[in-house]
Amino acid sequence: MQDKIFRTILILSAIIIPIIGGGIIYSLTEDASSAFEEFGFWNFIFSDDWNYTPGKESYGALPFITGTLLTTFLALIFCIPFSLPVALFVGEYFRGTKIATALSTVTDLLAGIPSIIYGLWGFYALRPIFMELEISPQGSGILTAAFVLAIMIVPYAASLSSEFIKMVPSELKEGAYAMGATRAEVIRRVVFPMAGSGVFSAYILAIGRALGETMTVTMLIGNTNQVPDSLTTTGNTMASIIANQFGEADGLKLSSLIAIGLILFLITAIINMIGKILIRRAQHV
Amino acid sequence: MESIKDPILQIKNVSIAYGSNKLAVKNVSADVERNTITAIMGPSGCGKSTLLRAVNRMHELYKSIHVTGEILLNGVNIMEMHPTEERRKVGMVFQRPNPFPTMNIYDNVLAGYKLNGIKLSKTEKDEIVEKTLRDVALWDEVKDSLTKRGTFLSGGQQQRLCIARSLALRPDILLMDEPTSALDPIATKYIEELIVELKKSVTIMIVTHNMSQAKRISDYSMFMYMGELIEYDNSHIMFTEPKDERTRAYLTGKMG
Amino acid sequence: MTHDKNLQVRIFKNKMLYLLVCIFSGLTAIPLLAILGEVLIKGWRQLSWTFLTEATPNAYKAMMAMSAGEPVPGGIANGIIGTFLMLIMAAVIAIPVGIFCGICLSEYKGKWFATVVSYLTDLLQGTPSIIIGIITYIWVVVPMKGYSAIAGSVALFIMMLPLIIRSTEETMKILPETLKEAGLALGGSYWRVMLQVMLPSAFGSIFTGILLAISRVIGETAPLMFTALGGAAISWNINRPMAAVPLMIWEFFNDPNLQSLIWGASLFLLTFVLFLNLLAKRIQKKWKV
Repeated sequence: MQDKIFRTILILSAIIIPIIGGGIIYSLTEDASSAFEEFGFWNFIFSDDWNYTPGKESYGALPFITGTLLTTFLALIFCIPFSLPVALFVGEYFRGTKIATALSTVTDLLAGIPSIIYGLWGFYALRPIFMELEISPQGSGILTAAFVLAIMIVPYAASLSSEFIKMVPSELKEGAYAMGATRAEVIRRVVFPMAGSGVFSAYILAIGRALGETMTVTMLIGNTNQVPDSLTTTGNTMASIIANQFGEADGLKLSSLIAIGLILFLITAIINMIGKILIRRAQHV
Repeated sequence: MESIKDPILQIKNVSIAYGSNKLAVKNVSADVERNTITAIMGPSGCGKSTLLRAVNRMHELYKSIHVTGEILLNGVNIMEMHPTEERRKVGMVFQRPNPFPTMNIYDNVLAGYKLNGIKLSKTEKDEIVEKTLRDVALWDEVKDSLTKRGTFLSGGQQQRLCIARSLALRPDILLMDEPTSALDPIATKYIEELIVELKKSVTIMIVTHNMSQAKRISDYSMFMYMGELIEYDNSHIMFTEPKDERTRAYLTGKMG
Repeated sequence: MTHDKNLQVRIFKNKMLYLLVCIFSGLTAIPLLAILGEVLIKGWRQLSWTFLTEATPNAYKAMMAMSAGEPVPGGIANGIIGTFLMLIMAAVIAIPVGIFCGICLSEYKGKWFATVVSYLTDLLQGTPSIIIGIITYIWVVVPMKGYSAIAGSVALFIMMLPLIIRSTEETMKILPETLKEAGLALGGSYWRVMLQVMLPSAFGSIFTGILLAISRVIGETAPLMFTALGGAAISWNINRPMAAVPLMIWEFFNDPNLQSLIWGASLFLLTFVLFLNLLAKRIQKKWKV
């Protein structure tokens, strides 16, 4: 009898997850529908108009979708030269040593810093440097945001990649060494081919993080609503336009912002699912 | 023991330590005759694998292992060569077959060339693959599936592929670390026949915990116990009239 | 000779890779040191007893103090209280629900229901925090007709839940099956074995997971922006808008008069988050299952 009650409690507490998950999709779709009805789904996505003058209201998501994709892509490019060495450092060169633990602690702490503090640091410490170097006139913009975003995702990409690099059996590596391969060659010919799919999935998940990052980007991207035409211009991402304008929005604008939220949710969900499926596969090789 | 006339390998006062004090191999000296099979026997933990791995400088992959003494390959101190160069001259086959799972059979045979960055023409490659696979008696079994992954083969076939991989580089000496311990008796028999066949072209040192295997295939035998080389002799002498009490105990199954 | 040259090139490449890996790995420590240094140096000067015990000054007061050349009065006590109040409300529900759900997932592993829930947990964990903010706005703020601390804690609850579920599930999975069998073999009923044998054995790493979950959500700003909203006075009323430390940093960032408070608040938040992180790591080491 008590066992039955216990099992029921277990099931009930598990049911809350599908309720929240389904609820998110339902509520976002429901509240976004008036924007989609007004502008049409594809029109909404491909319009670069963002005009809230009463009577001439017109909203499109294109500037924010491109802004999001651009910052994420740039962040990924900036992130790789650091996360890959860290993964090799922790997972291969100094595997199991104290110095590797120290570096993992560094990346763990980097992962723990709240995004609003990254934003502050980017704004007050990094932006003046960007201005000094005349990379962009105001210092803020897509490039600045992507740079800080890259630092934020390095820990995620690095720690997961290093797990997969560690999993490469040492007997395979010994086999290659025994034939006279150097460490660099073992890494290229044995470690990467073996750990490759896992490392790849780590970057997919890092992309998932970067897509939805809000505060840092909001504070650094410059918040202008046009499709970015260069890397140093200001812009907005899906997350940052919501953070900036959701508070005082109502009616059609609110619905449009929620529609952008729905698109963002779906993109990150797809990316994350792909990453998770790849990881599960990589773990079972 | 009749003296070694043409030593390919000379081990001189070699000691190997794990960590700061634990000695796994204690002051071992021995010469290895060219184109013969030398077996190293002993109970587990006696240091036989450790000694074998030192010949290929595999210990350098782990910081805590220290080797003192000298090992000469064809008269040259191996520590004076670059490990990459040295390891190419000394092939190694491991306990568990370890073909590279990300490469097909063809590429596994050529892995040594690929890893060493040596470029070969297509015909050279084909020649090497066919010849080496014939050498290990695997050609007829896999010639139609060269593009399949090496991991699809049976354990015995995998081990022969790994031997082929080492032989493809034309090593001076081939080290085998209990190469049949993960295999069934039939596969073991094939590998043993292969080893005997191979001694025409390459010197072989084989670590084994299987006395009858050592007796069947080896020309010379070493018996190690607690890091020391207790006895080293022609195999037929060692197995018929061992000189040391401990060797006798081991060979009669009273130890180990 | 050509062969020797080839070997030298390979050795050179090998050394280069080693060097590059070390250099670039070392470089990743720079942002951490830079951020910690910046926050510590600038925040230290603002930290004082009153900073932790008084509420935020209003813009007018701050402006007057600034123009008189005095330090800005007041502190972040309202934010500290709000942060902890909302966090506790969220945790009190998220911890038991998360643990039970995690147990459920590991018990029914392989069943379609558990697989679906497991994937949805991943989905929820990867959902951007701003979306959690929007959804809580739709679910709580709109029906309640106003921003409130309750809404804020609901948002934090949704953020914490998948983290706790994951850590519970992972821990339960690696507990040896024999432990459960031993308990059942002694005649223990299923729920007693689960709660009195399995859960205590897993306690260390579940506790770590909870600490990490708390440190993750405590610094979250985006989900609170449209839910708790923020407030200038110290408030205990959970039906009204409430301040939180990360929200206050965002306010200070946007209000030129209050900018002198920004680093003190950041120092407080950063210290707390990193302390929880390191504590979790320590416990994880000590209580490894």
